[in-house]
Amino acid sequence: MTAVQDAPTQEIGRDRRRKEDQRLITGRTRWTDNITLPGMLHLAMVRSPFAHARIVSIDTEAAKAATNVVTVVTGADVADEQGALPNAWPITADQVAPSHPPIAVDRVAFAGEIVAVVVARSAADARDAAELVDVEYDELPAVLDLKSAADDETLAHPDLGTNKSAYWVFDSGEAGTGGNADKAIEQARADGIVIEREYRQQRLIPAFMEPRSVVVDPTGEQITMWSATQIPHVLRFLLAAVLGIPESKLRVVAPDVGGGFGGKLQTTPEEFIAMVLARRLGKPVKYTETRSESLVSAHHGRDQWQKLTLSAEKDGTVTALKVELLADMGAYLSLLGGGIPILGAFMYNAIYKFPAYHFACQTVLTNKTWTDAYRGAGRPEATFAIERIMDELAAELGVDPLEVREKNWIRHEEFPFTTVAGLEYDSGNYEAATERAKEMFGYDELRAEQRRRRESGDPVQLGIGISTFTEMCGWAPSKLVGQLSYGAGGWDHATVRMTGTGKVEVLTGVSPHGQGHETAFSQIVADRLGVPFDDVEVLHGDTQVSARGYDTYGSRSLVVGGEAVVRAADKVVEKAKPIAAHLLEASPDDLEFSGGRFTVRGTDQGIGIAELATAVFAAHNLPAGVEATLDSDATFDPDALSFPHGTHLCAMEVDTETGSLTMRKYVCCDDIGNIINPLIVAGQVHGGLVQGIAQALWEEAVYDESGTLVSGSFVDYLLPTAADTISFEIDHTTSPSTTNTLGTKGVGEAGTIASTPAVVNAIVDAVRHLGVNDIQMPCTPERVWKAIRSGGKGGATEGAAMPHFDPSEPGSDSTEGARE
Amino acid sequence: MTRITMTVDGAQVSDDVEPRMLLVQYLREKLGKTGTVIGCDTSNCGACTVHLDGRSVKSCNVLAVQADGAEVTTIEGLATDGQLHPVQEAFRECHGLQCGFCTPGMIMQSIDLLNENPHPTEEEIRLGLEGNLCRCTGYHNIVKAVQYAAREGASS
Amino acid sequence: MIPARFDYVAPATVEEALAALAEHGDDAKLIAGGQSLLPVLRMRLNAPEMVVDLGRIESLRGVSDDGDAILVGAMTTHAEVGVDPLVAEHAALVAKAITHLADAQVRHRGTFGGALAHADPAGDLGAPVLALGGEFLVAGPGGTRTVAADDFFVDYFTTAVGEDEILTGVRLPKHTGWGAHYEKFVRIAHQWPIVAVAAAVRLDGDTIAEARVGLTNMGSTPLRARAVEEALAGQPATEDAVRRAAELAVEGTNPPSDLNGDADYRRHLAKVLTRRAVLTAAGV
Repeated sequence: MTAVQDAPTQEIGRDRRRKEDQRLITGRTRWTDNITLPGMLHLAMVRSPFAHARIVSIDTEAAKAATNVVTVVTGADVADEQGALPNAWPITADQVAPSHPPIAVDRVAFAGEIVAVVVARSAADARDAAELVDVEYDELPAVLDLKSAADDETLAHPDLGTNKSAYWVFDSGEAGTGGNADKAIEQARADGIVIEREYRQQRLIPAFMEPRSVVVDPTGEQITMWSATQIPHVLRFLLAAVLGIPESKLRVVAPDVGGGFGGKLQTTPEEFIAMVLARRLGKPVKYTETRSESLVSAHHGRDQWQKLTLSAEKDGTVTALKVELLADMGAYLSLLGGGIPILGAFMYNAIYKFPAYHFACQTVLTNKTWTDAYRGAGRPEATFAIERIMDELAAELGVDPLEVREKNWIRHEEFPFTTVAGLEYDSGNYEAATERAKEMFGYDELRAEQRRRRESGDPVQLGIGISTFTEMCGWAPSKLVGQLSYGAGGWDHATVRMTGTGKVEVLTGVSPHGQGHETAFSQIVADRLGVPFDDVEVLHGDTQVSARGYDTYGSRSLVVGGEAVVRAADKVVEKAKPIAAHLLEASPDDLEFSGGRFTVRGTDQGIGIAELATAVFAAHNLPAGVEATLDSDATFDPDALSFPHGTHLCAMEVDTETGSLTMRKYVCCDDIGNIINPLIVAGQVHGGLVQGIAQALWEEAVYDESGTLVSGSFVDYLLPTAADTISFEIDHTTSPSTTNTLGTKGVGEAGTIASTPAVVNAIVDAVRHLGVNDIQMPCTPERVWKAIRSGGKGGATEGAAMPHFDPSEPGSDSTEGARE
Repeated sequence: MTRITMTVDGAQVSDDVEPRMLLVQYLREKLGKTGTVIGCDTSNCGACTVHLDGRSVKSCNVLAVQADGAEVTTIEGLATDGQLHPVQEAFRECHGLQCGFCTPGMIMQSIDLLNENPHPTEEEIRLGLEGNLCRCTGYHNIVKAVQYAAREGASS
Repeated sequence: MIPARFDYVAPATVEEALAALAEHGDDAKLIAGGQSLLPVLRMRLNAPEMVVDLGRIESLRGVSDDGDAILVGAMTTHAEVGVDPLVAEHAALVAKAITHLADAQVRHRGTFGGALAHADPAGDLGAPVLALGGEFLVAGPGGTRTVAADDFFVDYFTTAVGEDEILTGVRLPKHTGWGAHYEKFVRIAHQWPIVAVAAAVRLDGDTIAEARVGLTNMGSTPLRARAVEEALAGQPATEDAVRRAAELAVEGTNPPSDLNGDADYRRHLAKVLTRRAVLTAAGV
C-alpha cells in the first residue's frame, strides 16, 4: 500500500494545452484522404451542369475503354442496390419528399448532382476518364427563387405536383403556453406599436477546411468505411438501414476530421456510392472531393425569408411576436431537412417575455443544392431576426436598444422560466452579462463618439450593435426530440476502462472534429478518478471502439457526452470500492474516495485507483462474486436542453463614401455555465464569432438564372482571412446549468448565433440617421453605399463571378454566371 | 514521365513523374508526406504551404517538375530530434488550432513571415497570413501564436 | 484538382523556348511562375498539350539599371521586385502595388512578366506599369521588339504578345522622386481588386507638376486615366482640386458587373479611389 500523496490539482477549469495538438502540428494526422490501401481504386464523379434536366442517355463506352479504368457506373446500373438517401426528420405527417438516389437515375434536380461514377486505378485516371463520359440531357425548367418556388409556378420535381414540402406551426394560444398573437397584434394596431419586417437569411456554405473524403475497405468480414464525417454512428446505422447490411458487418471510422460546422452532419451520396461500389468490386475504394465539388454538392445552410410582426405597448413592453418563414430545402430533403428551421421555432421569443407567439414555417423544394445544418442551425436565423427587430422597436420608441431589451427580458430572479414557446430555461443572468459587456466595451464613450461623428458629418460614421442572445443546445433529450418527430434519440454513451497498467481509456460516442474532446474529457476523468491528466486517453469516432453514440453536433458533446463520461467514471469508482475494501481489509462503508485513492476513514491505510486496476487485472485476490473488471458504461439522456446566453457588442465604422466597413471593436460576455477548459472555450467563441460575422459581411452562395452556383470556388465564396478580422475581447458570467452535474452549457454555436445580428445592428445603427433601417446580408460595401443613397436595403446579389482563371474570355466555364 | 530529384525535409529523393503532377501530390502520394494537405483548387486556402528553397509557396500551385533540384521543407521536417519548432510550440501554447487542417500551411507561412520580419505588428501578422484560410479559430489565437513565437525568438 | 496530361520542356535560353513555341504552335502554353496558369489547368479550363517552362532561363531574372529606365526581367518574382532598391527608387508605384498583390506565397512564385502577360484586367500590375509608361520587350522568331504600354493590353487576358513570342522584360521609365500610391478596394484581403487606382505624382512645391494614373478592373484591360492626369497638371495639391480632377476617372471606362458590385458602383469607386490615391501619392 502506498503512502498518501498530495491530491493532484483540480483539472476542471484549467487552461490545459490540447492533447490533440502534437500530431496536428507535426503533420502526423490521419485524415481520411491520407489512407491508402493495397489494391485501392479511385472514384471520380460525373456531375450535372444543369439545375434540372432529364437524363436522355449516358455513353460510358469511351471512359470504360480508357487505360486503367475498372468500370463506369450510372444510376441505372445500380438503381436496385444503391438505395435512397435518408431524411430522418419528417416534420409533418404529410411532408412531401422526393426520392433521393445517390446517383441520379433519370433526372437531375440540381447542378452538381452525380450522374455517373468512374472507377480507376488512380485518381488522375478516374478524372481523365470522367471527361470521356458523354451525357445527353434534356433541360427542364428550373425553380431557383424561393418565393416563386412557393407559388408552384415551376416545379422542382414535377412528379410531386408541388414545391411545398411541409407547413409546420407552433401557436402559443393553441399550445397553452401563451396568448393569441393575432389578437395582441390587432390590439397594438389600435393603441400600441406594431413593427413589421422581412429579413433575408442568405444561403451559406459550411466550408469546413478539410474536403470530404471516404474510403471503403470491403475485404475481410467487416466492411470498414473511413469518412470525414461528424456522425460515424449515425452513418453506420443509416448505411445498415438503407442498404440492408447488418450493422455487425459494418464499421465506420471518423479518423481526424478537419472541421464540420454541421456540414459533415450528413449521410452523403458519395458515402453510399463508395459503399455500393466497394461491395460490388470487392476492392477498397476512395473518393476525395475537390473544393469546387464540395461547394456545389455538400449541403448548404440557412436560405430563408423571415417575416416578423412584433407588437408592443406604447412604453415598449412587447405583447406578441408572429413569425412566418419560407425555408429553402434545395432539391432534396437532407438528413435533417425541414427540421433545421424548426430548431429556430422555439428561439424567436429569445430572452424576452412575449405573452403571445405564433410561428409558421413553409419548407420549399427548389433546384439548388440541398440544405441542412450549418453552425447554429435554425437558432442563428431566429436570433438574427429577433435581435434585429428589437433594434427596430428601440428606434421606433427613440430609446437606446439596450433599454428596450432590459424592459422585456427575463430577470435573473425569474429563473427557472417557462417561455411562451414552452421551454423551461434553467438558469441565466442577462443583467450581469450585459453589465460586464458594457464595461468591457466602453459603451458610453463609444456612444459619445458616435454622436460627435454624426454632428460633424464625418464621412466615416460609427455604429454600435447589440445582440443579447440565448439559444437552445445540447441536442437531446430523446423524449423531446421524439415529440418533434426527429428520427433518432438524443442520449449519448461513454465507457471508462481501467487498463492493467493503471491507465484510463475513455470511449465516447460523441465524435470530435476540432473541438478538443480528448483534452476536455481527460480533464473531467482526471478529476473524477483522481488520476493524472496524461494517464487518460480518449478514444472516439470508431464504431468498433466506441460502439454507441449519437456523435457531435448541436453543441451536445460536453453537456450530453461529457455527462455520460462523468457517470461512467463514477461507476468505475463504485465498482472499485468493494475491491478496495477487500484489499484494505476494511468495510466498504469505512472507505472514502478522494484524489484517486480509497482510504480507510481515520487511518493512513489506502490504495490508489491505478494500483487497484492492476490488482483487478491480475485478479489474484478479488472478493467473491466480483467480476474482474472496473470498466463501466453509462448512457446519459438529459431531461432538458441547455440554454447558454450572452451579450455581444460590436462597433462598426462605415465609410459613407464607399460603403466600406471596418470592425472597430467586438466584445462579448457569454454565460455558458461552468467551464471545463477556458482555452478551448475561448477558441470556440472566437471561431464562432467569425463565422457569424462572415454571414453578416461576406459569405453568400449565389446562383445565376440558369441555376449554376456562381460562388462556386473560394475566389467567389468569400471566407474571411486573418487580415479581414480583428482580435476579440471575451469574458464570461457563470450561471451553472442544472441539467447536468458538471453545470455546463454548450458553447460550440453560441458565437455564431450571437454575432450576426450584432454586426448588422451596428451597421444599421451607423447609418440610421441617413434614412436606412435595414441592409440585406451580406452587407457588401455596394449594398451599404446603395442603402445610404436610396434608403433601401441595397438590392440582391448579381449572379456573376470574376473571370480571373479564365484563359480566354469571361462567361465560360467557371464564370458561366456572367451569362445573361 | 520526367525524372526529378530534390531534397525534401533533408532527404534526397528522386522519381519519375508525370509533368502534370503537382508538388503537393508528389509530396503526398509519392513520398507519403501526408502532413501537407489540399484544401482547395484555386490556391486560395494555403493549407498546402511548404517552403521551396527557403520561401513559402503553395504546393498545389507548383508542378513537381518545377521543383526539380530544389530544397523542400514540409511541416514534417520542422521538428528536429523530437524538438518542436518554436512556431509549432507557439501554436500549441496559444491554442492556435482546432481541427488542425489548415495548421500545416498556417505554421509554414508563419515561419516564413517571421523569417522576413522577426518582430511583426498585429497588422503585419494578419496581412502576412492573408493567403491562409482557417475556419475554426477566427484567427484570434493564430495571431497570438505568431506573436508568442516572435517573443520567443522563433526566427533565430 | 488534377490537370489534364501535357508534355513539358524547361529550356535554358529564350532561343530554345522560342524554338519550342515554334514547334508546338498553339498546342503550347508558356508557364512562368504558374500562379494563374496552374489553377486554370487544375480546373481543366485549359488543357495545353505542351507546357514550356521559362523558370530555368536565368537571363530573364533580375532588375537592372537601363539608363533612363530600369529593366525588370520577366521572370523576376513579385517578391524580388517588391524589395528591389532600383524599383523602390525609380518606380515606387510598382513596389506599392506589389505589396497588395495576392498573398505572400503567390508573390514568392509569381513573376512580373507572367502576371502582365496573363493580362487579367483585375491584376494589380497592369495599372501601375501602364501609368508609368512601361515598355514591353517581346522576343520572337525575328528578334526582339518593343511594345509601348498603351499597345500591350488588347482585351481580357489578351496582349500584343503573339503565340510564337515571349515577353522577356519590361522597361520602366524612371520616375525618381515621384510620390506614389496604389489604392485597392476589396471586400476580403485575398480578393482581386473590385477596383484599384495606381497614382504617381511629381510635385513642384505645392503644385502637382505631373501625374500618372492607372485604373485596375475598370474595363477589359488596365486603363490609363489620361483625363485625370491632364486635369491634375498644374493644379495645387489640395483636396478640392484633386476631387475635381478625380471626377474624370470614369472617362472611357467600361467596368464589369459581378458579385462584388455593379458597373455604376465601380464608376463611383473609381472616382473616390482616384482622389484618395492621388492625394496620398502627393502626401496630402
